[in-house]
Amino acid sequence: MARALINVPAKSKRGDVIEIKTLISHVMETGFRPDPTGKPIPRDIITDFVCKYNGEEIFRAELFPAIGANPFISFFTVATASGTLAFEWTGDNGFVATESVDITVE
Amino acid sequence: MTRDDDLPGATRRRFLIETAALAGAAGVGLSLVPAPASATPASMRAAIRKVVGEAPLKKGKMKIDLPPLIENGNAVPLVLSCDSPMTAEDHVKAMHVFTEKNPQPNVISIQLGPRAGRASVSTRIRLADSQKVVAIAQMSDGSFWSEEIEVVVTLAACLEGV
Repeated sequence: MARALINVPAKSKRGDVIEIKTLISHVMETGFRPDPTGKPIPRDIITDFVCKYNGEEIFRAELFPAIGANPFISFFTVATASGTLAFEWTGDNGFVATESVDITVE
Repeated sequence: MTRDDDLPGATRRRFLIETAALAGAAGVGLSLVPAPASATPASMRAAIRKVVGEAPLKKGKMKIDLPPLIENGNAVPLVLSCDSPMTAEDHVKAMHVFTEKNPQPNVISIQLGPRAGRASVSTRIRLADSQKVVAIAQMSDGSFWSEEIEVVVTLAACLEGV
C-alpha cells in the first residue's frame, strides 16, 4: 500500500473555503525512459484521483505521465458539514490506494 | 535574475553549443538513447480540439502560475486558477493542461464543481523541454477560456535513462 499524506484543517466554520493537500508515494514511471539496455521501461502511473465529501464527488483529476513522481495535488472545497473526506487513487497494474480523513464543521 | 544570459559574451554557452555540435558531428550525440516520440504543436492542438470540440476558445480568465525559469523539469510546481464566482449557476467545470514538447501533450485534466468554492489547483509536473504550456478552463455555461505561457527548462525530465 502506497503511503499517502493528507492535510485538511481539522476544524472549520460552515461555509469556509478550505484547502485540501494530498501527497502519495508513487514512481509515476512515464513509459518514455529507456532502461540500461535501451528498452523502454513500461509505463506505471496513477491515472485517476477522486475525492468524495460524505459520499459526494467534489474533485476528480485524470493524471498523465507528465505529473511528477509522488503526485502532489492540492485543491479547495467549501466546508458544508462534518463528516468524512475519502480519497482514492487508481492507476496502472491494478494500483489502488484509499485514504480518508474526518472533518469537523461548526 | 542573474544567470549566464546576463553575462557579457556568454562564452560558456557558446563553448557548450560548439562542443555539442562537434559531438553530434562525431556521431556520439545521443545516439544511444532512443528518441522518444515528442508531442508537436500539432498534436497539442489535436489534444486541445478533442477537449474543446468546435467551441471557440477565448483568451483570459484562466491563470497559470509556473516559474519562468525551471532548473529541474522533473518536479515543477504548477498552480492553476480560474476567475470564477464558483456558484451553482456560474462555475468552472473542468481545467486541462497541455504542453507542446513533452512526449505526450496531456498533463492533467481536472473536474470540479460549485462545491470547490475556489477554482484553484496545485500540483507538480514534468517538463521535457523549454516550451509552451497551455491551460484551458471549461465553464458551466459551456464556454472555454485559455491561457498560455512560455517556460525555460534547463534540466529536462523524462528523457534520461536509469
